[in-house]
Amino acid sequence: MSNKSTIGLHKLQSLMANAIMRPLHNDDMQGIWIDGSPTSEYAAQFIKPNKKLTSFERLEIYNKQYWYRLLDSLQEDFAGLNAFLGHMRFDALIIAYLNRYPSHSYTLRDLGQNLPDFIREETHLTAPDSQCAYEIALLEWAEIKAFDALAITPLSTDSVKIISPTETILSTQPYLTLLELHYAIDDFLLQLNKEHNQSVESNGVSCRTIRFIKAARPKEQHIYLAVHRLNNTVYYKRLDKNQFLLLGSLMAGKTLVQACSELIDKKKDNNTRNDTGIQNQQKLISKINNSFATWMELGWFTKYGGRQNDQIHP
Amino acid sequence: MPANKFNGFTNLGIGIGLRTAHYQKILDDKPPIDWLEIISENYMVDGGKPLEILDIVLEHYPIVQHGVSLYLGSTDPLNKEYLKKLKALTQRTKAPFLSDHLCWGSVDGTFSHDLLPMPYTFEAVIHAAERIKAVQDFLEIPVCIENVSSYAEFLASEMSEWQFLSEVSERADCGILLDVNNIFVSASNHDFNPYDYLHNIPLNRVAQIHIAGHSQLKKYLLDTHDAPVRDEVWQLYGHTIELIGKTNTLLEWDANIPSFETVHLEALKANRFIEAVENQLSKSA
Repeated sequence: MSNKSTIGLHKLQSLMANAIMRPLHNDDMQGIWIDGSPTSEYAAQFIKPNKKLTSFERLEIYNKQYWYRLLDSLQEDFAGLNAFLGHMRFDALIIAYLNRYPSHSYTLRDLGQNLPDFIREETHLTAPDSQCAYEIALLEWAEIKAFDALAITPLSTDSVKIISPTETILSTQPYLTLLELHYAIDDFLLQLNKEHNQSVESNGVSCRTIRFIKAARPKEQHIYLAVHRLNNTVYYKRLDKNQFLLLGSLMAGKTLVQACSELIDKKKDNNTRNDTGIQNQQKLISKINNSFATWMELGWFTKYGGRQNDQIHP
Repeated sequence: MPANKFNGFTNLGIGIGLRTAHYQKILDDKPPIDWLEIISENYMVDGGKPLEILDIVLEHYPIVQHGVSLYLGSTDPLNKEYLKKLKALTQRTKAPFLSDHLCWGSVDGTFSHDLLPMPYTFEAVIHAAERIKAVQDFLEIPVCIENVSSYAEFLASEMSEWQFLSEVSERADCGILLDVNNIFVSASNHDFNPYDYLHNIPLNRVAQIHIAGHSQLKKYLLDTHDAPVRDEVWQLYGHTIELIGKTNTLLEWDANIPSFETVHLEALKANRFIEAVENQLSKSA
């Protein structure tokens, strides 16, 4: 192996990547390699020692940097989850997560995209708070998307006039996500007074920064939430169930008439066919009109977009 | 020499990196800064605040793009989506040139998000140079390569780092973003003389200089960009300016970022070396 001509560039990069992406043990590079041999032997295959540092020590610097950088980045992006779990449990979760979902994107911005799914896949890592941890991760990922996703020119009041309620499929802004949650995660994140400090790329070397944030647990509460952006600031907006269902239908590609009919049908099932039921329907139609006007004002609707199923949870 | 084809014939002066910590100060006061360097990837997004701020900044300052994810030495195929976004950003910023590191960072589609050192082999020279040429052709603006700080050397290496940098830049016909702090850090970590490095690279290709602070650890130096520039690095910078003349210079400060004023004042210390060289030149004239 030490023969210069036998290790090509790709092989060398694979050797190094395998070592630096391996989890640390007590904040140090693991002493034993995957095959049971000393990691120092593995390092000595391709890293030159010098007077100050062994091959192992030189490789260990990169091993540490990899984990510090990625842990820091996710700690920044998921500050609420870190506060909720505490940094020890958070780190354990993230190390397991990155083992299964290493980065396949050039940008650290995408690093946490599979974290909510992973929490569901490995509930023991966040037990007994898995559902709550999942929902915090879901909302924090929605924030990341809301922060820098594309904004399409919204429908103007004039263009609404030419919309066919039976045919036009409205689309919503890519930055908008709907969430059905069982905990008041919005209140939880707001109490953290979290500025939106999404992790950014830098070419400085990371020194691990562990953040301790204390926060009261999220309250159990069934809520419906829209995560969106207005004037380039990320906001949460609580919705009622009807609003959530209506918006969800529109985002799933239903026409206005289809979405409204579905909602009215659902409400009919809950009401007896009497005067109270009719009055309720009229109230519902009036509420739909008001909601629609608000959403238009917020610029949530665009025209002729494709379906964006990843914007609705569940 | 300072304005050359590798930096789009610019003589920008002394700049600092645009960092979120200073957004408000820059937007509110529009302080007199010669130019700003952005980390390209932070603005290769589809919308939102980063682009809003960038557009405002562009109205007031020249911008140069500096990337961290091109991975010119990686064996993975060049990422076309990345390149398209990068090109779109250059069209937005009208950057006269851009830079990224002579390093690798991904293998088989998995990203380390680190600037990993190259083995200094002939295979790596050919590989990196071909990629730089391809990137340069696609982007249609000059691409400069930056020497990285490193903590490890490969047994496979067949030449020194400065020979490697020279070979790659000559073969790719590209410019060099010379990071004098990185030279100093690597020189200390690998026991070579930083002035040997300086005297053995094609200085006519230097398009820009980076300066930064680093940290002294027990056994090695770490390129942390979290402190003022060390005196030894300023001396190295001064010598570089003596050799090549006034050149686009930028201070990087990426962690423990102090006030805008502190960062800017630190960057402006470069002026004393530039003025010394210019005084010498005027006397000899």
